[in-house]
Amino acid sequence: MNIDSIKNGIVIDHIPAGSGMKLYALLGLEKLDCPVAIIKNAVSSAMGRKDIIKIDADIEVNLDIIGYVSPNVTINIIRDGVLAEKKSIGLPKLLKNVIKCKNPRCITSTEQELDHLFRLENAEEKVYRCVYCETKAAADSE
Amino acid sequence: MSQLKHLIDILDLSVEEIDDLIRVANDIIENPAKYSEKCRGKKLATLFFEPSTRTRLSFEAAMYELGGNVLGFSEAQSSSASKGESVADTTKVVNCYADIIAMRHPKEGAPLVASLNATVPVINAGDGGHFHPTQTLADLLTIQREKGSFENLTVGFCGDLKFGRTVHSLIGALSRYKGLKVVLISPVELKLPSYVKSEHLKPNNIEYIQTTNLEEVMPQLDILYMTRVQRERFFNEEDYLRLKDSYILTPQKLKTAKPDLTIMHPLPRVNEISVEIDKDPRACYFKQVLNGKYIRMALILKLLQEAGTIPTEELANEY
Repeated sequence: MNIDSIKNGIVIDHIPAGSGMKLYALLGLEKLDCPVAIIKNAVSSAMGRKDIIKIDADIEVNLDIIGYVSPNVTINIIRDGVLAEKKSIGLPKLLKNVIKCKNPRCITSTEQELDHLFRLENAEEKVYRCVYCETKAAADSE
Repeated sequence: MSQLKHLIDILDLSVEEIDDLIRVANDIIENPAKYSEKCRGKKLATLFFEPSTRTRLSFEAAMYELGGNVLGFSEAQSSSASKGESVADTTKVVNCYADIIAMRHPKEGAPLVASLNATVPVINAGDGGHFHPTQTLADLLTIQREKGSFENLTVGFCGDLKFGRTVHSLIGALSRYKGLKVVLISPVELKLPSYVKSEHLKPNNIEYIQTTNLEEVMPQLDILYMTRVQRERFFNEEDYLRLKDSYILTPQKLKTAKPDLTIMHPLPRVNEISVEIDKDPRACYFKQVLNGKYIRMALILKLLQEAGTIPTEELANEY
């Protein structure tokens, strides 16, 4: 299978196999006009199988979303066909409008204009708590 | 000491800041006249989006005794919230009228939203089942006045430990002191949530035991903090009827208690403490109410001082 190399854009590498589509949806990549490729189940020496997303445009992506879904991914910034920057992300300390609080008693349940903010409480166990009501984020809070 | 701008969670306060507030509250109790004009010309806005008469009256009495004035509302229906105004907008409006805000709101996190939009200090006067830091301050002042210290105390919490936010906050605040031993007395259905243990008791190596039998542990206790076991917390009526009397404090159950036990309750009481106990000198729940007013006075002073609304030098000298 051939996927053209990109000239100016972003390659999100080392996405755990199966999370590529989730990340695609959360990043809203379906709204882009530029070429976007999702490679599923690519062979990886470190991970066995991995997903990769290639975006053929120099756009800003929400690193908080990427870090929350797949903290171990690598972001490769490509400029003029060459790797210009490579960075790891890790779990973001604060999530802004990435996940929603599901506590019906939380102020965010009635005041729609408020940002949904979650603070990282435990990186090892990936525990986030709502800044307003301290409710633990459910695993499927997106 | 960090600058205290608002009070949203009791854990916003360091041990030193709590000690400072208690010191001022005790001075107010000893020398009320010295403080009677401290807030002359200042206004406290009591924004109560749900009724809580006792807390509101406590804040209002505190401000009046400091020589200040009070404005506000006591339920959402009499505020612009009934027209759909956001907490942020209400706060931005009240900023223009008041020097300090005390907010009660049924939604968790509303006072935090207010503090993020306020140019004046905001005090959380209770947000749903979440925080109620001034109740915890009242509890702490009561313990300090009755016991002289927070160290080496065996504190029993009895009743609804699952939903009782006052219990969770007080455990959080007391966990920072040395020699604390916690005795958790509740029906199995209303046990202390594991997150409270893992956030406060375990990291601070606090010794604790859990039991369903109040009488069995009574002789150990220095403090007994009672809460109400509510009918609506049970899945079935039979369990409630079977258990409810086990957690009602009677003179009979106090027979094996220490002579200097301190009996506390955040109030309102329904029937979980027999009225006969009110005459017992160990009953401190009405003292807690009074202490609540004094600690709120100390808190209002402290926040207005930090905000620069009250001259710092003058208060600092007197503290």
